[in-house]
Parts: sequence; structure tokens; C-alpha cells
Amino acid sequence: MLRYLAYFTQRLIQVIPIALLIILANFFLLKLAPGDIADVMAGEMGAATPELMDTLRQQFGTDLSLPMQLLHYYAKLLRFDLGYSFRNGMSVAALIADRLPATVLLAGASLLLASLIGVTLGWLSANTRRNWLKNTISAFTTVGFATPLFWIGLMLIVLFSIHLRWLPTGGVEDVDAEYEGYARVLDVIRHMIMPVLSLTFFYLAIYARITRTAIKDVQRLDFVRTAQAKGLSPARVSVVHVLRNALLPVVTVTGMQIGSILSGSVVVETVFAWPGLGRLAFDAVMQRDLNLLLGILFCSSLVVMLTNIVTDLVYASLDPRIELK
Amino acid sequence: MTLDRRAFMLSSMAAALAGALPLDALAEDKPREGGTFIVNLEPEPSSFLFNSNTASVLAAQVVEGLVAYDANSKPIPALAERWEASPDGLTITFHLRRGVKWHDGKPFTSADVQHTVLEIVKKVNPRAGTAYKAVQAVETPDAYTAIFKLSEPSPAIWAVLSGTEAAILPRHLYEGKPPLTNEWNNKLIGTGPFVFKEWQRGDYILLERNPDYWGGRAHLNRVRIKTITDPGARAAALEAGEVHYSPFSSVAPSEVARLKQVPGLRIETGGYGIFVPHFFFDFNLDRPQFRDKRLRAAFAHAIDRQALADKVWFGLAKLATGPIPSAQAATYTADTTQYPFDLKKAEQLLDEAGLPRKADGVRLRITHHTMPYGDVFKRVGEFLKESLKQVGVEVELVNLDLSQFHRTIFGDRNFDTFSTYYAAGADPQFGVLRRYWTKTIAKGVPWSNGTGYSNPALDKIIEASFTEVDPVKRRELLVQFQKIAQDDLPSINLLELQHFSVVSTRVQGLSTFPDGYAKSFKDIWLQARDQV
Repeated sequence: MLRYLAYFTQRLIQVIPIALLIILANFFLLKLAPGDIADVMAGEMGAATPELMDTLRQQFGTDLSLPMQLLHYYAKLLRFDLGYSFRNGMSVAALIADRLPATVLLAGASLLLASLIGVTLGWLSANTRRNWLKNTISAFTTVGFATPLFWIGLMLIVLFSIHLRWLPTGGVEDVDAEYEGYARVLDVIRHMIMPVLSLTFFYLAIYARITRTAIKDVQRLDFVRTAQAKGLSPARVSVVHVLRNALLPVVTVTGMQIGSILSGSVVVETVFAWPGLGRLAFDAVMQRDLNLLLGILFCSSLVVMLTNIVTDLVYASLDPRIELK
Repeated sequence: MTLDRRAFMLSSMAAALAGALPLDALAEDKPREGGTFIVNLEPEPSSFLFNSNTASVLAAQVVEGLVAYDANSKPIPALAERWEASPDGLTITFHLRRGVKWHDGKPFTSADVQHTVLEIVKKVNPRAGTAYKAVQAVETPDAYTAIFKLSEPSPAIWAVLSGTEAAILPRHLYEGKPPLTNEWNNKLIGTGPFVFKEWQRGDYILLERNPDYWGGRAHLNRVRIKTITDPGARAAALEAGEVHYSPFSSVAPSEVARLKQVPGLRIETGGYGIFVPHFFFDFNLDRPQFRDKRLRAAFAHAIDRQALADKVWFGLAKLATGPIPSAQAATYTADTTQYPFDLKKAEQLLDEAGLPRKADGVRLRITHHTMPYGDVFKRVGEFLKESLKQVGVEVELVNLDLSQFHRTIFGDRNFDTFSTYYAAGADPQFGVLRRYWTKTIAKGVPWSNGTGYSNPALDKIIEASFTEVDPVKRRELLVQFQKIAQDDLPSINLLELQHFSVVSTRVQGLSTFPDGYAKSFKDIWLQARDQV
């Protein structure tokens, strides 16, 4: 246990310089895009004057030189301050915190569902001798992966919201109904069904395919034959011996996808009016809301780095041959 | 079918009885109290204030101006009960309504008017600011009198006294802080019929009825402004009855015909009289090649504007005859130089301008920047490209986002031509004249004079119109302006676009006044679901 902790701390210290570098890169990348927030805000007003443009830039701090702007940003970060989003009139930290629950709910539910169903389908497909089942699973996952997400989303809406009127078209909950307690949870679940299904349909293809290939690979290894020769039941061999070893690549993929959770799925969030981080980031790009965008990118890079560390720890516990250094 | 005598008698008795009953008993015409009005605003406003289209809808629920406007855009009492102006136009006295309270309970007084006009509208409203420039002081002899002192007459000020351009804000929350970044912009305190309750960014904004509103309580309990970014999902939410009202042409024009057929929905084109997006094609006159008027006229003749209106906007547009839209009836004239669709004439003019077709049939290669407001404007670009190709002008289309568009056109001025619309506003002074005035050629200022056109004779007319108090003389000046502008043609006036709203048939009492889009929802009520 101590070994894990030491390893964890060591990796955590490495995160700091990397995060600072990531901010540097993001900052200059974002500054490459022509136009600033003053352009956007004056543009939305439908008119402007030179004095107004100056006032806007002074208030937003975009009249300073680039290195000064960067220094100001670092100075704020050291005080654990992600800055202020002038576009939204709120602190960046509060904006991200506001959106985080919706994002985690959507991405968490779909990742969980996608990995469970995906691994099951992959395992089934690798172990069944029925060709029709193999082909059905293969067709199902290919279609899921190849269909554009927005299209799946819109078709679900047309079917379930417009024709059948079973499910709401979008949002997280029905605020006007003022549900409380258990009824509110049910209401949120009703709102989650379509967005979660769309994302799951898309992600599970990857899980199913990777699991199937990995199982096929592991099944050929010597220790599996040994296990079978020992007289273990086929079910025990395929779950405990084969599946456990085949899960390594699945863990890798999950780690990568958790990293992308924070930036969320812009498409699904847009179609289902889901107030998540992906759309917040997307809008921030369009509106040149630099502070907000830097804040979101910084947080996502932290999550990516942390999941990498956790993924490595999970590797070590799944496969004792992997050593933590 | 035969009608025997008894049945006839019975039915006529029933009819007579129905006629004798009070109207209320028929249910449909009596406003139903309560309910939540669900509105989609796209894009989500960034704050309550400062004049993005959608913010003005939001603000109109919470704050008010000194006056409101009636069906003919004439001022009617709002926060001011009556007013008088001196004959020279230099003094305007407003007598304020008594007993009005801000949503936080503080009394509304002339100090609020003074602070709003001098420190906020004059300084940070780029459109109405031009009309308020002449206001030098606002005197407050008592709490219910506000006297505007002007350095020169400013007749256009009468068009921008409502909450849309000059909402009165509470001095006690705005004094001593820069208005654009004031925290109260996001949780506005006003005097209006609805009170701000909650804002979940990216999701919804909640407003509740103001029980103490001076003008009587609103019918609706609440207003919920919902953000739905995807146009397909927005149409679906309207069809499913989850959204009651979506202004500013928020679905594609091609969808309109279909939505008209959907039971429970209607398309409303009223309520945009003072908005009028005036759509035009601008040349970069910094570039010598566009300084030849014959070339510009040739472009105008080459564009089949009727086809553009029909095919791209599905009829939700009409041909513009000049720089001022027909909705600004007080100053509009149709008697200007017209450039009807005529390819032969266009080719002839281009030949005369010294641009013969070369071996590959191309006379000229130019770039065209499309308006960054969605797909329909990209389609306009494609239409213009095809139109000009017919007369040998090869167009390369450039689609940028809003911020890049501004930098390229108004900042770096690195473009050949672009097309866009300006909202013409209630008076030419706000959305028209700045396209032609030399003093609005301002580097880096969005939506200014994009052509770089400068005509001293025209400048004189424009400047005279700012201070001319006599409406007849002012009209004469602006008619002259239209003739010169349309004859010189620095910019081709293409279409007057028609904004539309998608509305649930349950919605009653929606304003179709010229500034209806920016009126409060106070008189709106929702019919019961089963009565539609």
C-alpha cells in the first residue's frame, strides 16, 4: 500500500510543471485565433464606437501585451483563482462547478453502460459458436460506431418525444414541475435516457471490439490450456482466467475516455440541450472567452493526467507482472 | 338534411341564449391566469443588458423605459406619465410616475433617470448613444421630475426612450461601478412586470411575476427562458409543445413551411417593425478596382433579388429599394435609382468598365465574406457566387466566425466584398446612416461604415438630419440622402428580411407592435391545452 502511495505522490509532483506548460501552449494557441471578446460583444450589440471598444478592452484586460496577460494569468492560478468570465459575468471556477454535475452524470452513466454492455457483447461474440449471433453483434456495433451522433439523437427525439410523447426532448429536469426527492430522481432519469443511449450506442462498439480481439488473443495462450487441462469449468476459465487478462486494453480505453469526459460530448449536449462542459467550452471558443476556455482546458488536462496515474495503478493490480516505478 | 320546425326553434333559442350570456362564459376570450411561459432564446444572452437581440427580450420583462411605444411607434406613458418639449427641442421635461418601486423595495426616482441617461446610455449604448450625445445634463428639481438639457436638438431621441434602448436602471446598484461588468447585469433589479429569480447558465433563466407591478399583475406566473442550441432539437421541442415561443427566426427558413402545417404551432411575422434586418452587399472601396461605379452597378444588375428572396428565404424577405427600409415610413422613399435584374446590362457595364472576358471567360476574381450568422447566409453566398459567375465574375467564398469576420472586415480591412445585415432600428440614425457617413469609418469598430465610402456632400445631409427638428424638413433631407446613396451605390441594398417567431397556438396576447419583439410578456396568457 505504501508503495502505491509513494508512487502516487511522485507522479502527482510531476503533474505541476506539465500543467504549467499546457497552459502556456493553450494560451498562445488560443491567441492565434483572430479577434477577441471585445469584438464578439460589440458585434452582438449590433453597433459600436471606438470609445466603447477601448472601454471593453480595458475592462477585459485584452489591451495588455501578451506576456503581461500570461503573467497575470499565472499569478492568479497560484492563488487558486481561475479568473473571471466577462462574457458570462461569473467566475470561471463557479461556471465549471455549475456544469460539472451534468457532465459527470451524462458521461459517467454512458461510460458505465457502454463498458458493461460492450464487454459483455465482446465476450459473447468471442465465445459463441453461433454465427448469426456473432454477425448480429458485429453489425450492431459497426452501425453504432458509424452513425453520426447528432443523427441518432435527433431520430430518438422524433420517435420518443414527437410521435410517442414518452420522453422530454431535452434538458436535465422539468424545473416547472417542482418534483422533490424520489420523483425528482425519476424525472432526471427520464431526461437522461436518450442522451445516455446515444452516447452508449456510440462508445460500446469500441469496447465490444477490443474485448473480443483481446479475448481471442488470450485464449490461445498456454496458461489457458493449462487451466482447461486442470479440469476447471469452461465458465470459470473464460471469466477468471481469460477475461481478467483480456481486460488490460479495455482499461486503457476507459482511461482515455474518462480523460475526454470533461470536455464532454459537444454533439450530444447540443442536441439534447444538456448543460454540460462540452458546450460551455464550445461557446467559449466562439465567443473568444479566453479565461473560461483556459480554465476548462486546464481542468481537463488535470483530469487526463490524474486518470493516467489511476490507470497505471489499475494495471498493476490487474497484472502483477507490471511494476510501479 | 331537413330541419323540422321544432329543431329550428330549439336551435334559434339556444343561439339567442348564447348571445345573451356574458362573453366570459365562452371561456376562450377570457385570459387564463397562471402557468409558465416557456421561451427559447438563441443565442443565450450573455447578460440582461447591453442590447444583443436576445438580451433585449429578456430585459424587457424586468426593466422599463421612460416611455413605451404604441402600434404606430408613438410614445405612450411608462415610467414617465407625461412629458413636454420646448419648441427649440433643447429641453425635454419628464414627469415621472409616483409610487413605483424597484424589485428590491427601494423607490424609483428622478435620480435613477439621471444616472442611467448620463452614465450608462450615453456612455455604453453604441446605437442609441448617438441620439443621447446632445444630452448635456439631466436636472432633477424634485424626485418625480427629470429635465433633459440638450446642446443641440436630437429628434431621433424620441425613438429610443423605451426600455429596449434606454432601460432605466437603479442608481443605488449602478453608481460608481463600470456598467458593462456590473454584477447586477446578471441578476437585474428593475421596475418591470417580472422579477429575476434564477439563472442556470446554458440551461434556463427563470423569472417570476412581480405581484406589486404598478401596471397590474401579469397573467403568467412565471417565464422560463430555455437554451436549445441545436436548430433541429429546437424545432422538435416546439413540435412537442415543450417550448411556447421562439423569436428571431430561430429555425431555418426552409423549415417554416413544414412547421406551419404542424398542429399547435403558428408562424408570426409581426412584432419586428423596428428591427428590420436590412440585407446588403458591400464593396471595399479602399481597393481601386471597386471605385468604378459601372462595376458596382453591374453587380447590382447581375443579382436576381426576387429569386434570392424566394429560394433562399422562402419568401420571408422583400426587395429593398434603397438604404432605408419601407418600415421606417416617416422617412422612406421608393423614388430612387433602381437596378433591376438584367444580365445583358451587367455584361455591358462590365465591358465599359474595362473588364472584358478573358480567354477562360473570367473578367475578375474576387473574394466574398458571408455573414457569420448561420447556414442561411452561407447559402446566400453560394447564390451570389452563382449569380456573378454568369457575368464572368469568379467569387471565392469565405465563411468565418463572428469574431474573425469583424477583424477581417472592420479591423484589417483585408477583403473585397461582404454581405451582411444591420438592424435598421426605429430611425435611420441608428442602423442606416452609419453605413454611409465618413465619421463612422472607424478601424476596428464592428458594424461601422464597412465600404469606406466618403462623400462630403452626403455627410452634410446626414449631419443636418441629426439636428433637424421639423419632421417635414428632416424627411426632405433623408429623401435626398436615399437618392444620393442609391445612385452612388457604394453598397448594394438587396433585401428587407422578415424576422419571424415560431409560436404555440396556446399563446394569446403576443404583441405585434413594431417593437413587439422587445415588449414584456405581461399581457400574454396560455390557453388550456384542451382548448386549442
